[in-house]
Amino acid sequence: MKINKKFWLSIVLALVLYGVVQILLTTGTLNDVYKSMFLLICVNVMLAVSLNLINGITGQFSIGHAGFMSVGAYVSAILTLDYDVPFILTIIIGGLVAAVCGVLIGMPTLRLNGDYLAIATLGFGEIIRIIMLNTEYVGGASGLSGIPAKTTWTIMFFFTLITVVLINNFIRSTHGRACIAIRENEIAAEAMGINTTLYKIIAFTIGALFAGMAGGLSAHTFYVITPGSFNFLKSFEILVMVVLGGLGSTAGSIVGAVFVTLLYTYLRDFPEWRMIIYSIVLILMMIFRPGGLLGSTKFSLKKFGKKEAKANGGISDSSAS
Amino acid sequence: MEYFIQQLINGISVGSIYALIALGYTMVYGIIKLINFAHGDVFMVGSFIGLFSAKYLASAGLPPVLVLIISLIFSMTVSALLGITIERLAYKPLRKSTRIAALITAIGVSFLLEYTGVLVLGPQAQGFPDIMAKKQYQLFGTSIQVESNQVMILITTIILMIILQYIVRYTKTGKAMRAVSFDMEAARLMGINVDRTISATFAIGSALAAAAGVIFGMTYNSVDPLMGVMPGLKAFVAAVLGGIGSIPGALVGGLLLGTVETEISSLGYSSWRDGVAFAVLILILIFKPSGLFGKNVREKV
Repeated sequence: MKINKKFWLSIVLALVLYGVVQILLTTGTLNDVYKSMFLLICVNVMLAVSLNLINGITGQFSIGHAGFMSVGAYVSAILTLDYDVPFILTIIIGGLVAAVCGVLIGMPTLRLNGDYLAIATLGFGEIIRIIMLNTEYVGGASGLSGIPAKTTWTIMFFFTLITVVLINNFIRSTHGRACIAIRENEIAAEAMGINTTLYKIIAFTIGALFAGMAGGLSAHTFYVITPGSFNFLKSFEILVMVVLGGLGSTAGSIVGAVFVTLLYTYLRDFPEWRMIIYSIVLILMMIFRPGGLLGSTKFSLKKFGKKEAKANGGISDSSAS
Repeated sequence: MEYFIQQLINGISVGSIYALIALGYTMVYGIIKLINFAHGDVFMVGSFIGLFSAKYLASAGLPPVLVLIISLIFSMTVSALLGITIERLAYKPLRKSTRIAALITAIGVSFLLEYTGVLVLGPQAQGFPDIMAKKQYQLFGTSIQVESNQVMILITTIILMIILQYIVRYTKTGKAMRAVSFDMEAARLMGINVDRTISATFAIGSALAAAAGVIFGMTYNSVDPLMGVMPGLKAFVAAVLGGIGSIPGALVGGLLLGTVETEISSLGYSSWRDGVAFAVLILILIFKPSGLFGKNVREKV
């Protein structure tokens, strides 16, 4: 991404959004329910944008994102509870440990492709959950509780903003183009001299890094983490955000994350019907709008500025297979 | 040694359940390349239908063997219809779209079945009636024990396998299924009704899952609307282990997984059981991605 007027415009827009919510929170117009909803939206945006880098941009079908999230959550929670490490540092260390897990998982499994990779990542996510479940040090099945709620709207927002800016920048760099090439045709990309394994691992690692940070932030928002909250349903939920928003589009991932979070929050009043409505929405969306809400729209404000032709060509949906 | 054999027998009876579910996964994957995540929930529905029909028939005063056979067949029929309905409503409109869209739909259908179950039946577990009185048999004067239930499971599984083999090998539908899974377009050109063949695949797979559901209920005496999730995933692991798309593979994978799990539990690591299942999955994927019985398909440029 070029650091141009449009970039700064979008940053300013984001800061305005931050400011408005911050004012509403300090004046008490928004109660705690809304506050936690906003924090949850940010966590989900981080998760969705980072999964989109793996699934949407690099075309590697991973459904173990909750595993990375849980690593980050547990590491940062333990650093806070047992070692009294400064809060921001715990989030970053949590993210880094998750990134190391991303490398370790990425190296052997990325030789697989398509559905097999999906199954392997699903398996890894479940293995991480079971390890947490059986480790007494991290609380076993009952998990860790009493984590201080240190995540404020300011910290959460800036972590989210940094995630979106960095990942979006990566996508538009030379390395990001290499990842897109892998998605479009792995064999052709390799023939063009792209080190496909390296780029797949890079994408996996960056995705895991930000998922780990999101996990740390959410652990310090909601007091309690249990292995059960990072099961494969959570991974699916993140995948659903990415796909509903539009695979391969950062803006789409953000919209998907907001949409799913809002749907979940507002359906909370009808607990029996919540999952049923959610699943029907899911099925109907896939049948009638399989490309997602935004299709392959890129994260840019071009549409609000000059009317230009569609930049860079769209991302074809067929890449998802 | 006797202890080992005892665990092997227990493992085989758990494995039979996995194998029956895995067959549905493997057949559907083989034919339309879709990981049908809703399959585990068809297993759950089958189990509940078995429960209700067994309760009804038992209160009508039928002999136990008849209760078992009728409720098994009834549950299999209803689940086969359910499988066809799911395929028609949710998967057929997506035949031409991306694999990820179909996968998300499968997850959606899975949630729909699970939470409709919670809404209708309540989230708590229900007791499954004892259709047949449980008896213990000693084997050849050793201390190895075989339960009547385990014998029943094995007999049911073997009968169903024979029927399945017959259908796939000798009937027209079976031939059509093999042809479609080999090359859908060529099969269509040869005049095979692809849609009907896919429906038949779903029907057979769902019926087998329902049979597994009834057996599961009889073994563990407890069923609940979310019970399909873990066995569903494990059966999928079994299908991949044996080589997805291969029918004998699903059988061997299921039995192998069941045995490994029981051995792990018997060594005192039962809380690691699920983890070991997935570790086996990843090892097999890394070293032999096509599974034990899978064909190695080379990638075309």
